[in-house]
Amino acid sequence: MGLEVHAQITSNSKLFSGSSTHFGADPNSNVSLVDTALPGMLPVINEHCVEQAVRTGLGLNAKINLFSRFDRKNYFYPDLPQGYQISQFQYPIVGEGEIEVELEDGPTITVGIERLHMEQDAGKSIHDLDPNATYVDLNRSGVALMEIVSKPDIRSPKEASAYVKKLRSIVVALGTCNGVMAEGNLRADVNVSVCKVGGYDKFRETGDFSHLGTRCEIKNVNSFRFIEQAAEFEARRQVNLIEDGGVVDQETRLFDAETGVTRSMRSKEDAHDYRYFPDPDLLPLKLTQEYVDNIKANLPELPDQKKERFVSEYGLKAYDAGVLAAEADKAAFFEEVAKGRDAKMAANWVTQELFGYLNKFDLELADSPVSSKQLGGLIDLIANKTISGKIAKDVFQKLIEEDDADPAVIVERDGLKQVTDTGAIEKVVDEIMAANPDQVEQVKAQFAEGHKKPKALGWFVGQAMKASGGKANPQAVNEILKQKLGI
Amino acid sequence: MSVTPDDVRKVARLSRIKISDERVEPMAQELNGILNWIEQLNEVDVEGVEPMTSVVEMSLPMRKDEITDGNRSDEVLANAPNSADGFFVVPKVVE
Repeated sequence: MGLEVHAQITSNSKLFSGSSTHFGADPNSNVSLVDTALPGMLPVINEHCVEQAVRTGLGLNAKINLFSRFDRKNYFYPDLPQGYQISQFQYPIVGEGEIEVELEDGPTITVGIERLHMEQDAGKSIHDLDPNATYVDLNRSGVALMEIVSKPDIRSPKEASAYVKKLRSIVVALGTCNGVMAEGNLRADVNVSVCKVGGYDKFRETGDFSHLGTRCEIKNVNSFRFIEQAAEFEARRQVNLIEDGGVVDQETRLFDAETGVTRSMRSKEDAHDYRYFPDPDLLPLKLTQEYVDNIKANLPELPDQKKERFVSEYGLKAYDAGVLAAEADKAAFFEEVAKGRDAKMAANWVTQELFGYLNKFDLELADSPVSSKQLGGLIDLIANKTISGKIAKDVFQKLIEEDDADPAVIVERDGLKQVTDTGAIEKVVDEIMAANPDQVEQVKAQFAEGHKKPKALGWFVGQAMKASGGKANPQAVNEILKQKLGI
Repeated sequence: MSVTPDDVRKVARLSRIKISDERVEPMAQELNGILNWIEQLNEVDVEGVEPMTSVVEMSLPMRKDEITDGNRSDEVLANAPNSADGFFVVPKVVE
């Protein structure tokens, strides 16, 4: 598989005109006479968009081309008033690069980037407002896009979605695209082909595409889940077709999210005859190495660098570091919780308890009922032995349920303080031992047989914890038990 | 280089230009005439000469990322044959 990802460049105004890129405005209000391609209008490039494209190229470890050029891609559609899209065909602004993609089950793959180029987005056609007509809104027309083309290094639906997730985390960290897939700001064209076992390896050795099957392109897939579903369905469709003696035709297909199938767009045979030629309205885009170096020197910390720092600075496991570093808001939340505290404990509470809860209820971190300050306060109470880890989970639940609660106040109010008073614990242990002479004998017997940690001891710890309502300090209980049982 | 009547029909279709059957053959001849004339340029030796992208030596002008236009949907829609509720209305397009 190879992916073409369209990412909307974060900018105030469009690529070649001064109208706004703001999403959700009234129809045709963010439209200038340049965007409608009225006679005599000329495109003037937005310098910030150029900078954003270069920044993204650097984030993809890619070659920045100091010379690039704009071409016209000609096709006819009502949401494209110019009759052509201004794009970069022959000389893109960014050349080859590569990124590391972590897969959920552990391994990391390298996905090559073929190129990145700038182009204009088209307007929006609305087909369901009128049974006999199509409504066109040009607000999106002319908004700057980056098309990021991968090499055919992706070999499964999971790898495809992991690649787009990584791409998204990079552009969001760079601030070059907001990554909001629901608004179409990041969408993927998924190219799928299948080949016989061994064919792909031959392709990798020789670079000869004839070892790969004929590809189909699935257009505009706009969620991670749909990317996986579309790729899964399409690969299966092609395999079934070939096994039934058929041939895969190279074509453009659409993914229907409701039925989970891809279908042919039934496009005319010359639909892809784009007749590219250099746009005579625009001079070539020439950059200096100094300009590129200056952008490079001011790049923000990227997810991979952040991950490395989390491993080296906080001693986190690579997987946890990756989860926390992937998204800027999660990373910032973690660092607020970890500041001045045991970082591993902070990572556990953030990834296990908090993210576990958010995932379960499909919530974003921005909607979290527990703030970094509250979670930090909770961890302080564990660290200074005010409460046990087990009680902390109950307090966490209360933080979720109550508004703006202070964990220390909850512990005080509900009498959850850990009992470290050995006198009180001894009393509990004495009572349990007196009531269960058989168990006492069993522990002693197990110990005499050479068991350093007799199984029955665990039973006593459990009873003591239960009798104290979970508030006894487990270590203190353990020590007192051992002492009293003489083991 | 030779333009055939089929080339003329195809380019006309792609450009959405209506062309009558009797115009196809003369159009092919006219286009061939133009192309042959331009092909004289091939006689010039351009070995080692950089392609000229502009008659004056200048670089691509750029603008700042500022909103300087928009909120003129009345003007934008003024010449549209049909519009409704701020939208352009065009014949039904089926994907």
